Amino acid sequence: MNVVRFIVQNHTQVLELTWEHLWLVGISTVLAMLIGVPLGILIAHRPRLNKPVLAGANVIQTIPSLALFGFLLPVPWLGERSDRLAILALMLYALLPIIRNTYTGISGVDAAVLEAGRGMGLTESQLLFQVELPLALSVILSGVRVAVVIAVGLATIAAAIGAGGLGEFIFRGLAMVDNRVILAGAIPAAILALLADVSVGWLEKRLRAR
Amino acid sequence: MPDASATPAIEFLDVSFHVGQTQVLTGLNLQVATGETLVLLGRSGSGKTTTLKLVNRLVSPTSGEIRVNGTRNTEMDVTRLRRGIGYVIQDAGLFPHFTVERNIGLVPKIEGWPKERIRARAQELLHLVGLAPEIAGRYPHQLSGGQRQRVGVARALAADPQILLMDEPFGALDPLTRDDLQREFILLQQRLHKTVVFVTHDLREALRLASRIALMEAGKLVTALSPQEFLQSKDPWAAAYVRAFGDGLESAANRGAS
Repeated sequence: MNVVRFIVQNHTQVLELTWEHLWLVGISTVLAMLIGVPLGILIAHRPRLNKPVLAGANVIQTIPSLALFGFLLPVPWLGERSDRLAILALMLYALLPIIRNTYTGISGVDAAVLEAGRGMGLTESQLLFQVELPLALSVILSGVRVAVVIAVGLATIAAAIGAGGLGEFIFRGLAMVDNRVILAGAIPAAILALLADVSVGWLEKRLRAR
Repeated sequence: MPDASATPAIEFLDVSFHVGQTQVLTGLNLQVATGETLVLLGRSGSGKTTTLKLVNRLVSPTSGEIRVNGTRNTEMDVTRLRRGIGYVIQDAGLFPHFTVERNIGLVPKIEGWPKERIRARAQELLHLVGLAPEIAGRYPHQLSGGQRQRVGVARALAADPQILLMDEPFGALDPLTRDDLQREFILLQQRLHKTVVFVTHDLREALRLASRIALMEAGKLVTALSPQEFLQSKDPWAAAYVRAFGDGLESAANRGAS
């Protein structure tokens, strides 16, 4: 197994790039949640905003990732450091599944339950934090799960603009026409994606217990 | 019978409500005396649920005003107003992610009651509505429809409100369970003397539970009568209702309440 030997021989670099990869994915997903969850809540409560916001997120999703990196490159503060740029791009891609699932989760809360809560004298924010968000949580998390898996894959392309991550190996391998090097990036990336999927999935299931 | 001298618990003064062109309620004038069980009777779309929701401001009138214990309800803080009024709906609307105890204790908890007091109150209320103490730890989906509805009533009573609004609370139950809950409601009411506004389309239920029946039709109050008066009423709508329900109503009237 040439690939395995290559990975073992270069394990420090593999680990370093894996770590970089995780960092890009982690930061961008957290940012996407910070923006996407409130937006999802907003459009669930203001149905008029739902179409434009979801359409916007959809449009972002359709931009090819390499092109998006290219578009963002000349932007002043962003272009200075490629990891900023990569994080922004990854975040933009993670938005759609998070916004959509938050929207679905919140609007799926039984209207009778909300009315009972309102009638009991819960304020809108108590209703949101005690009732709507807990009930929507597992749906929101399944959106996060999709977002993370997408981000792990997309982050390999971030290496094209020098943002690091496991894509470095993939691009280097492509240039060297050496499958071992490509796989040294691709295999850990695939494992990361699987691990992320399984762990967020586990969290989702645990929280759905009720 | 309402006492004319005392301040009514709830008072509708010339209340109208419309959505766009649709007139949901027209010129409603109605008083609910303290401690009585007023049943709003009428068919679907007659405006009875809207009337109920006007009291706790889930609906705001287009014109007119609603007074609760003599104060215009728009002058009160909406949260305070609602916490002082118990609200029970069909299918109970329990919070599915909370245990029965947390469901009952939610408003007391928000009001800052100590844990022990909330627990004790939940137990007291479970007993009151005829449920076993161990139900406290269950989730709503683990309960039967009748149990859920009992929990709904317990939850509404948690902070000891003087007014209770009940929107077809027993409507989705099987006949036997409904009969049980109606009987228990009467017993409960004999003990607690809450001011209750109760919405139903079931004349039998109305006759059994009401101290007065307010008949509604097409957004208007037709008449408000005691169960006995209702049965003998010459009012065409009331008579039509009695005819539709057929024989055996006499025995339903006042089987529990006096």
